[in-house]
Amino acid sequence: MENIILNQLSYPILTYTVFLPVAGALLLLFMRNAGLIRVTTLLTTVATFVISLPLLTNFDKTTYKMQFVERHEWIPSWGINYFIGIDGISVLFIFLTTMLSVLSVLVSWKAIENKAKEFHTAVLALEAGMLGVFVALDFFLFYIFWEAMLIPMFLLIGVWGGPQRVYAAIKFFLYTLVGSVLMLVGIVVLYFTAGGTLDILTLSSLQYPLQLQFWLFLAFFAAFAVKVPMFPFHTWLPDAHTEAPTAGSVILAGVLLKMGAYGFLRFSMPMFPDATRMFVKPIFILSVIGIIYGALVCLAQKDLKRLIAYSSVSHMGFVTLGIFALNAQGVEGGILQMVNHGIVTGALFLMIGMIYERTHTRVIADYGGFATVVPWYAGLFIILTFASIGLPGTNGFIGEFLILFGAFKAQKLYGVLAATGVILGAGYMLWLYQKVFWQTPDPDYGPSGRHPVRDLDLREVVTLAPLIILIFWIGFYPNVLLSYMHASVEHLLQDVNMSAYAGKETLIAQLKEIF
Amino acid sequence: METTDLVGLSGLRLIIPELTVICIALILLLLELIVKKKEVMAAVGIAGTLVALYGTFKLFGINGPGQAFANMFVLDGYANFFKLIFYVNVILTMCISLKYMAVEKASYGEYYALLLFSTSGMMIMASAADLIVLYLGLELMALSTYILAGLMRKQLRSNEAALKYFFLGAFSSAFLLYGISLTYGLTGTTNLKEIAASLQALNIADSPIVFLGLIFLIVSFGFKIALVPFHMWAPDVYEGAPTSITAFMSVGPKAAGFAVLGRVLFEAFGSMHVQWNAVLIPLAVITMAAGSVIALAQSNIKRMLAYSSIAHAGYMLLGIIAGTPGGLTSTVNYLMIYTFMNIGAFAVIIMLRREGFQGESIDDYMGLAKGHPLAAALMLIFMFSLTGIPPTAGFIGKFYVFMEAINSGHTNLAIIAVIFSVISAFFYLRIVMYMYMKDPKEDVVLTTSYSMNFALAITAVMVLVIGVFPSLLLDLVRVSIPG
Repeated sequence: MENIILNQLSYPILTYTVFLPVAGALLLLFMRNAGLIRVTTLLTTVATFVISLPLLTNFDKTTYKMQFVERHEWIPSWGINYFIGIDGISVLFIFLTTMLSVLSVLVSWKAIENKAKEFHTAVLALEAGMLGVFVALDFFLFYIFWEAMLIPMFLLIGVWGGPQRVYAAIKFFLYTLVGSVLMLVGIVVLYFTAGGTLDILTLSSLQYPLQLQFWLFLAFFAAFAVKVPMFPFHTWLPDAHTEAPTAGSVILAGVLLKMGAYGFLRFSMPMFPDATRMFVKPIFILSVIGIIYGALVCLAQKDLKRLIAYSSVSHMGFVTLGIFALNAQGVEGGILQMVNHGIVTGALFLMIGMIYERTHTRVIADYGGFATVVPWYAGLFIILTFASIGLPGTNGFIGEFLILFGAFKAQKLYGVLAATGVILGAGYMLWLYQKVFWQTPDPDYGPSGRHPVRDLDLREVVTLAPLIILIFWIGFYPNVLLSYMHASVEHLLQDVNMSAYAGKETLIAQLKEIF
Repeated sequence: METTDLVGLSGLRLIIPELTVICIALILLLLELIVKKKEVMAAVGIAGTLVALYGTFKLFGINGPGQAFANMFVLDGYANFFKLIFYVNVILTMCISLKYMAVEKASYGEYYALLLFSTSGMMIMASAADLIVLYLGLELMALSTYILAGLMRKQLRSNEAALKYFFLGAFSSAFLLYGISLTYGLTGTTNLKEIAASLQALNIADSPIVFLGLIFLIVSFGFKIALVPFHMWAPDVYEGAPTSITAFMSVGPKAAGFAVLGRVLFEAFGSMHVQWNAVLIPLAVITMAAGSVIALAQSNIKRMLAYSSIAHAGYMLLGIIAGTPGGLTSTVNYLMIYTFMNIGAFAVIIMLRREGFQGESIDDYMGLAKGHPLAAALMLIFMFSLTGIPPTAGFIGKFYVFMEAINSGHTNLAIIAVIFSVISAFFYLRIVMYMYMKDPKEDVVLTTSYSMNFALAITAVMVLVIGVFPSLLLDLVRVSIPG
């Protein structure tokens, strides 16, 4: 095969990274002591993070080819292989996943007392599933990870979540499942079209008839649009995010939402380039609606977590806008914004979780003047607020700028409309900050009040520190991440823009051919 | 065609497994007079089944040596693989029955003998190459199962179950006989291969009367595998019968029904693929729909699993509808996986039953994860497997039948099937939700035993191992049924 680079290290690094959490989870089965379980889980996630680091340092940025590839026979009678590898698009998500997993274990240290063993097993299983999704190069393997991930997430929301947790968990599960099974049918159709292979690279290199591309794009769209989530498939998200425990919200916002957009980049665009171009307009429209609608809904929220959840709808609208701009700036901005959103929204959920542990309320009106009660907390929160708005100097600025740049290049009108979302974003975030931190403080929460609230402790600062550092690092020197994706993005766009039907016929003629 | 003696003494060799099972059943009947401990009866029964299992695979190899008794009895990979399913089914059923039947105060020795008689009937069905032998096996299986369903004779609902099963079963037998006589009347034979030959020779594949005969056959098999609208008996019988028998019935007669359905359709009526699909496709759709939707409304877990088993019959039918050898393979593969996950689920249900506590209401599962994390985790595995979520075996089963359905051009049917499997996800999830996300109402005490633990371990391990390494099963099933 010419488009892969077999594992350049002496050991199967990707397999270790994906299955170390599984090993950790199995180890937990034999433990009873909650403290020991926490330590083991933390060590497992830290170890996973550490062994995944050589992926970044040894990564060859000059090529679009799949790297660190491992391939073994798995189900020979179906022609299915255990085939994994990463390129410039997936490598950053590995980093994001392993990092956020460590932080979500840290933040749950005191919050989870009920069924600690099951909780940590679920977190580790979830981590393995997420990593698997990003490394899988065989569709069957991908689907296994993609679906298997639902089980621990369902339990995380449903068992350790808020008051409406059961409703939110079932809604999340069923919504995602509907999308996924339609994709499954699409996968099987691809399997037979390609003559009995589910190798993602082979499938990407084939040309499919326009009609087939059209239907398969829709089948895959069902799975990915729900996961992103794009308006109007987003209604599971506010419930799931709000009700999930802090660790669950962090992982949902940080990693799970990225899988939909990742799916578009990895599957829909290279496999169905002509259909992709046909769907640019509808997706632009949905993205812009998502951006503006999400932001407007944020303005009406009374619940902290729900506000951040709706802000995700808005932010993910930017991501899909960027990647479907189909130019280098848009796609790279989209990918960068996914990472940014993982960092910033992940950090916001962490911070909300921390304050919730103290006050046991998520209602914005209950807070008031918290800047005097918890000054350190307020200081860190404003950094996140600015990053979320996209102030220059923070990572959010770079991502949104690139996306808007790409969108302007593609379709000016949508660029303009999306830019209003930035303004609304500043509106709801600053309004939130004002309501929580800058109003009259409730004396109950003061040091001499009935429910004194203490400021951040060392564990919590350590949890937040890496994310804060990343916000500025990417903000001032975005090339540290962008340099990873240049080659892969360039190759992807070449695929999309050079396909058989590119520029040949008008949209109407293409639609006529389909129906 | 190596046998020439019509009496077929040399054919006896081929039915050694059947003879073994029947002999053990007879021995058990006598043993009951002298042995009081039911553990001994179960042990003898399991040992006998293992001998038969050894016989099937050691004497004949996986592909079997052919036919006997004037071509009325056939041994091939297809029959042998179904026998494997029946052996697994009866062994696991015996394991989960021991303590349970004592709790139900229905610990009769005949129980184990009847299980084996029923199993031998299924084995004969799987090997039937002639409609008469098929009928013989089917009645042997059915009569034994009627008695088993009514074994708790002091309980009203058990009586009702047996009676209902008997009447509707007799009804379906009548359909079968109608079908056989119509087919015989037109083709002049009851042998499956000769039916196919004479359909071709007489050129009557388009005849409406042949079609009518075929429909009668499908209806009667539909009763056994609980296809809608021939499913009416299933929920009541599943609920009323002893739970271990419910587990047994949800797998055994269903698998046997599929065995004969597959063989009759593929061997005798292969040329009428279009016609039988005209019947089977609507049946499959309403079976999946009714099974999934009605299960949502159930509050008794045995009834819920009854409707779930109806829905699963719909998925399995997809492989038959595909009409290809690969499709048939996928259905058989599904049945094997279904055996493990369904008996596993019933095993957990049985554990909840104790003196003075039914443990059949879904509410009884509230907070099970708190007091019994392991039992809850096992149930979680079985529920997700029945839903078809990877990395469990249930996903492999579904993926294979969907794959074959799409390969044979039934993409729309596959889409309908996946939609209903999402709907069915809801009621399986509900059990998980009750176990993990609600607080227990009262303390649940589990009734466990070594044999029960063994059955649970086997089923859970198989569900996970097949889910992660499907090749282990796929290679076996694809060798037995080349497709």
